Amino acid sequence: MLSYDFDWSVLWKHPYGRWMLEGIWTTITLSSLAFLIAVTLGLMVGVFRVLPNRITRLIGGSYVELIRNTPYLVQLFFWYFGLPSLLPQASEKWIYDHVPSLPYWTGVVCLGVYTASRVGEQIRAGMISIPTDQYQAAFSTGLTTYQTYRYVIIPYAIRIIIPPFTTEFLTCFKNSALTMTIGVLETTGASYLIDSYTWHGLETTTAASVVYIVITLCVVLLMAWVERRIHIPGMIARGR
Amino acid sequence: MDLAVIPRNLHFLLGGLVLTLELAAISLLGGFLLGILMGLGRLSSRKWIYYPATLYINFFRSLPLILVIFWFYFMVPFIIGRPLGDFLSAIIAFIAFEAAYFAEIVRAGIQSIPQGQVMAGYSTGLGYYETMRNIVLPQALKNMVPPIVTQCVIIFQDTSLAYVIGLKEFLRRIYLVDSRELRSVELYLFAGFVYLVFCSIGTITSRRLEKRQIGR
Repeated sequence: MLSYDFDWSVLWKHPYGRWMLEGIWTTITLSSLAFLIAVTLGLMVGVFRVLPNRITRLIGGSYVELIRNTPYLVQLFFWYFGLPSLLPQASEKWIYDHVPSLPYWTGVVCLGVYTASRVGEQIRAGMISIPTDQYQAAFSTGLTTYQTYRYVIIPYAIRIIIPPFTTEFLTCFKNSALTMTIGVLETTGASYLIDSYTWHGLETTTAASVVYIVITLCVVLLMAWVERRIHIPGMIARGR
Repeated sequence: MDLAVIPRNLHFLLGGLVLTLELAAISLLGGFLLGILMGLGRLSSRKWIYYPATLYINFFRSLPLILVIFWFYFMVPFIIGRPLGDFLSAIIAFIAFEAAYFAEIVRAGIQSIPQGQVMAGYSTGLGYYETMRNIVLPQALKNMVPPIVTQCVIIFQDTSLAYVIGLKEFLRRIYLVDSRELRSVELYLFAGFVYLVFCSIGTITSRRLEKRQIGR
């Protein structure tokens, strides 16, 4: 074993402690904003894929295939290095001059677009898994289309979709670490930066790991609690 | 657009692709073998096997891969006393990480086999290993094939993360060529296209196999 002096104080010494906290905050906001985009876009993709229309199905399908079959890192680099140079020279310059924290926003959009393909698939699966009897039963009791969705289908769908959404959010949360490659100082990026200043990679990497594990655990516990709270007796949660 | 940049650097880029394929193949094999052990451990009734295996799986599944790569890059040299080199430390990181995901596939596959099969195995006088090897695993493997193929696609994409420790795999080489030639759009589109072709083959295969199984 190499001799190694553990010095945990690098985690809170000025300015490293601040970097670490800012990194954690960046991870949380970046992945939350990206997930918001992912749900909005994913809802569209999911609906596109189940509509009885060839063209929308083709669009939705191609989107999912294209995004899912290329690595996130390649997409990130394309958005960050490639896309601006496709714009006219003037607007390219304007973006570099006027958009504050460009890497951050590129990360948000790219992660959102990437996660949307996965969320879209979950939404599609959720929609297919709702039995048609539910619609028929609702209609036959005299509910209008709006009421059917508002009181029967959507409450049902939300409960089906919570477990896969939890998984997708956590994937999104973990993928946010990759934005460090374009210079976003999120948790992993901050720990790497502190290491390059202090040469204490073991401590900083441990700290970053603990952050991810704790946040994952919190989300899992929270969602388990939510699931229990809104559980409908007799409904099988996994939606089969 | 100046696509000439690709043939000009094709030899260099193909070398990276070969390295990417090597990385993927070794990680796949190692991850799968370790994954079987962990998956079996997760189903064990012995507490001292069950808890470590569960801890292992949940630990790696809650970390980003990039962090795991850093872990092995920093930690392994510290434990064995000498640097491992980027290829080896990337391989170890991938195997350790992917094993956690394979373990869940293996677990689901084994759980898809009816309990009666295990009981039948035991009642004919077979032990745990014989039952697993001759009865449960052969059937479970068949069910596991589609998710395993999907995981192959994921691993193939994940190898691009070795970029962060400077390993000259495909994406790193794209990046290197880009920093010399300043042709980001063409190069990253080309990279995307190459990954797309390889992964689509995997995805389509997985879907075919799944359909065939449902039809069975």
